[in-house]
Amino acid sequence: MTTTQTFPLKQETDIVVVRQQVRKAAEQARLGLVSQTKIVTAASEIARNALIYGGGGECRIEQQMRDGRTAVCLIISDQGPGIEDLDKAMVDGYTSGNGLGLGLSGARRLVDDFVIRSEPGNGTVVELWKWR
Amino acid sequence: MVDRIPILKMGQYLLLSIQVDMHDQLAIDLQEDLTEQIVRHKAKGVLIDISSLEIVDSFIGRMLAHIANVSRILDAKVIVVGMQPAVAITLVELGLSLEGIATALNVEKGMRWLERTVDRDMSLEPESDDDTDISAEAGN
Amino acid sequence: MSSPILASLLQQHEPEVLANWVAAQRAAGIRADLIDEQTVQANSQELLRGFAAALAQGSDSLEAPQWKPVKMLLDRLSQVQSRQGFSPSETATFVFSLKEPLFTLLQKHAENPLEHIWTTTQLIDKLGLYSMESYMTGRETVIREQQESMLELSTPVVELWRGVLAIPLIGSLDSNRTQIVMEALLQKIVETESDIAIIDITGVPTVDTMVAQHLLKTVTAAKLMGAKCIISGIRPQIAATIVHLGVELGDVVTKSSLADAFRLALRELDVRLVANTNTIR
Repeated sequence: MTTTQTFPLKQETDIVVVRQQVRKAAEQARLGLVSQTKIVTAASEIARNALIYGGGGECRIEQQMRDGRTAVCLIISDQGPGIEDLDKAMVDGYTSGNGLGLGLSGARRLVDDFVIRSEPGNGTVVELWKWR
Repeated sequence: MVDRIPILKMGQYLLLSIQVDMHDQLAIDLQEDLTEQIVRHKAKGVLIDISSLEIVDSFIGRMLAHIANVSRILDAKVIVVGMQPAVAITLVELGLSLEGIATALNVEKGMRWLERTVDRDMSLEPESDDDTDISAEAGN
Repeated sequence: MSSPILASLLQQHEPEVLANWVAAQRAAGIRADLIDEQTVQANSQELLRGFAAALAQGSDSLEAPQWKPVKMLLDRLSQVQSRQGFSPSETATFVFSLKEPLFTLLQKHAENPLEHIWTTTQLIDKLGLYSMESYMTGRETVIREQQESMLELSTPVVELWRGVLAIPLIGSLDSNRTQIVMEALLQKIVETESDIAIIDITGVPTVDTMVAQHLLKTVTAAKLMGAKCIISGIRPQIAATIVHLGVELGDVVTKSSLADAFRLALRELDVRLVANTNTIR
């Protein structure tokens, strides 16, 4: 059973909407409270990245099955400049802006599966998974 | 949507309770408001209650650290109270440990800490020696 | 495809097929201790109607949308049965026993029964396999839930004094168990408004890097919430492992025994214990 919803990331208040919708999806997938909090926080980090560095994009929220467990899958994409050196961007403390540099690396630690695709000029897509 | 987080003055302390899912601008406004009010009221301490916050991401974490740093320079103690377990676990996993920020379990405990710390700071008597420290006198 | 023919036949002869099916199930043996005949009848009727409705839309592929209601029904029935303690074959028999009445029906009324019987048997096989899969999913969920509740049972958080919690950990710790234990501890800290929590690992034979890190994360999380943690009862081997693994204990307070940790906790809370005689040290 899959349900899919897509939310825009055009302005700052959209991050709040995404957080609330991810929370709702995580509750529906019956994730525990800590897991809910982790995926919502990860979504917040990645959504802010998409907005600030990617110039906006969208967040797709899906409920999926993974190895017989209910999972929440988020696909956050932007059409921004992309990330030049993915390996470097995944290291704690690395930032191209003025953040703490915990966004990508921190978000990866918060979820069960993390997939990132990016090439210069073609935007960035981040897939976040959390299951029961 | 709320556009300002209210800051309450109580004696020489400022209290604020964050009860909404903050968007980034709200957090930035809060930093500015708070700095301004600390100066205006010559506040000695700030208590920030986050027991209603369901998440703290790196942005809000950074805001808390910023508030603590600015307040320190303005000579006001800051304590953050009521962080939920799930939020704390997530923050640690995210890589933020909010070093240097005092914390307490709830508003009462936080208030007591503020009073104690500010009193000690204002006291003209020499510091007493039997100040119990968790690392001192251990293990006998 | 044969589906529409079978569908219309089913609509015409529903009571008869239903009766035959329930009879077939009875012949195979109904677990009277787990389910009553009325429920069997109701379940069978619901499935039969769903089956006919899906067939009427004419696809033998279970992936097609019209089969969704049937699949959901099978999910529900099989998972309930796996919880109630039905065996896998008892669960499968429910679907497979539909073959006989359907074949009888086709033989009696269809023009070219053999061809229809073949496609029908394929379809029933698919449904049977599907119900087996949901039965297994149900089983796995039960196992996982039992594991979780066992973990919770094996990790009591106790209040030693007002404001002092202790969690005596016993047995080997894996990262999953450590995580559950630590969540329980932090939750209890909030509930009891305790300032100090003692994590006693006297009963833990070894720790690996993951577990050591979980312990440290818990200490940090507790600090963020405004509580202090003391780790007590670290065995010499574990101390060596921690140093060897290069895990930074940082400013975590450690004590050799739970008693020492408790004494330190009381001192922190400014509690003084006074003995009546001088026999107690």
